[in-house]
Amino acid sequence: MACSRLLLSVMILASGVAAFSQAPTYHLGRTPSEEEIRAWDTVIGPEGKELPAGSGTAKEGAKVYAQRCARCHGPTAAEGGSTIGIRPAPPLVGGQGTLKTLHPVRTVGSWWPFATTVWDYINRAMPLFEEGSLSPNEVYSLTAFLLYRNGIVQENDVVDAKGLPQIQMPNRNGFVPPRPMWTHSPSNRGRTP
Amino acid sequence: MQPGKTGRRRFLKESAALAGLTVGTIGSASGQAPQKAESDGEDFRAYGSHSRFENPRRKPSGMDPEHPGGGTGSGASLTPLQDSIGIITPSSLHFVVSRFRNAPPDLDPQEHRLLIHGLVDRPLIFTLAELKRLPSVSRIHFLECAGNGSPVERRNAKTVQETHGWTSCSEWTGVPLSVLLTEAGLQKAASWIVAESADAGKHAKSIPLEKAMDDVLVAYAQNGEAVRPEQGYPLRLVVPGWEGVNNVKWLRRIKLVDQPYMTHSETTQYPSIRPILEGKALWFNFEMEPKSVITFPSGGHRLPGRGFYEITGLAWSGRSAIRSVEVSVDGGKTWKHAELQAPVLRMAHTRFRFAWNWDGEEAVLQSRCTDEKGVQPTLTALAKIWGVNPDYFNTTLNRINHFNPIQPWNVTRDGSVLNGLF
Repeated sequence: MACSRLLLSVMILASGVAAFSQAPTYHLGRTPSEEEIRAWDTVIGPEGKELPAGSGTAKEGAKVYAQRCARCHGPTAAEGGSTIGIRPAPPLVGGQGTLKTLHPVRTVGSWWPFATTVWDYINRAMPLFEEGSLSPNEVYSLTAFLLYRNGIVQENDVVDAKGLPQIQMPNRNGFVPPRPMWTHSPSNRGRTP
Repeated sequence: MQPGKTGRRRFLKESAALAGLTVGTIGSASGQAPQKAESDGEDFRAYGSHSRFENPRRKPSGMDPEHPGGGTGSGASLTPLQDSIGIITPSSLHFVVSRFRNAPPDLDPQEHRLLIHGLVDRPLIFTLAELKRLPSVSRIHFLECAGNGSPVERRNAKTVQETHGWTSCSEWTGVPLSVLLTEAGLQKAASWIVAESADAGKHAKSIPLEKAMDDVLVAYAQNGEAVRPEQGYPLRLVVPGWEGVNNVKWLRRIKLVDQPYMTHSETTQYPSIRPILEGKALWFNFEMEPKSVITFPSGGHRLPGRGFYEITGLAWSGRSAIRSVEVSVDGGKTWKHAELQAPVLRMAHTRFRFAWNWDGEEAVLQSRCTDEKGVQPTLTALAKIWGVNPDYFNTTLNRINHFNPIQPWNVTRDGSVLNGLF
């Protein structure tokens, strides 16, 4: 028993080092169906590979915004709102030129580096306490509306799965390092004894 | 139900069992009706509680300077560090930074699943029962919100709960994530994971694969029992030493990808705007730097008179183990080593203790810790890192993540202890 435990520990340690081309050891869990994966695979990466079919314009989005978003984020989306949740509902429009000041205002226009994140966050996390209740077309049109109000697209531009990842956000280069990277601290290797 | 009565009945039952009697006979023997099953939940011995003379409480918290207690939908709260003892935070007092209205997600462990997919050879879906059959480990780690102590929200903080309460430390038990990823078979292109929560807002976070394969846990237990609902029941990530936001609670999915997914938290909330970068922001600043704070005496405590006090506090670092903690009782003129509680664990709270005789005069109490890479900064040193005057922290509305300056507590002649930072 002690021997097999030890062997198991060695196997686990070894598997942590050799990261690639492993065979399964424990044969637990089952293979999910394609449909199951597709239903859960909703986080949108910067290339937009997971975006569903659909489209929308700022004009359409203005109506959805007024009905579903204005209560918290303000009538024009530049106001922000009173605190609901951990932090106040932020303004979504404006703030350009404030990032160097004592009062940086982080909005979709002044701050967000990827348009795909706007779609993703609205789709999965908004409206607060009614999450997941918007249709893909509503999310596309709301995204178009916020981009339009920030001067990034035109009012009648159609935003869809193909075009959204191509949209250049004004603050795309506002991050250091410019490309997301991470280097493991050498001193932090190994495990807690 | 009167607790005393219930306790006595329970005592009688157990005595009877010890004496070899059946429980059924004791009801008639004592002349009392058999105890109702539903009252078991109120029996203080069925699931113990603290003494009625103790009243430790988390404190609601938010990130709005005008509503430091949090808004109507805030599930956030601070650990009462002023009452902390040793290094383990009771699960019921663990800090929370989440968005839920009144209660955390109510997930049925029978129904809950963990999906692993993306750049793997074998996508897998696990039940909780299956995960619990896999090799497990228990490790003691602190968690800390990146915004713990951010002066925007905590400028008027009086107590150590308000200044530092977004950190807690637990023994976590679960499956190393490396075991699950190995079981699924990593493809060569995989370089990051995206971990996703089952909460209403489907919180998601990208984590480099190197960390995921190193020491990340898929935890189902905390301090010897199931993870608490506020802490992610039935399943959560524990990402040792890294910003709290990475420790995805209510974990339901891990996708292997070839780049970070630029979710809301990693592109909008957590990058740190630093004046030294001329308005640009520091991206993916994962590791929490060394931090320490004296928890007794601390803001709001009142020393009854001159004489002996043991100064005690906590130190921690997301980069390594704590090597040493020094304490100053004279406003930083002199520093002496504090005693560290053994064992000192990597990326865990470390308890320090320091003997002090208070002469009844004004005193400034401070602690500073050193990890394997450096020393905790003064406010002035931190300001230099940020490229600002120390005043900046007192005036800006910029959220200051990773705020880890030395915390002074001012002791006045009447024994009051006040926040001396701002």
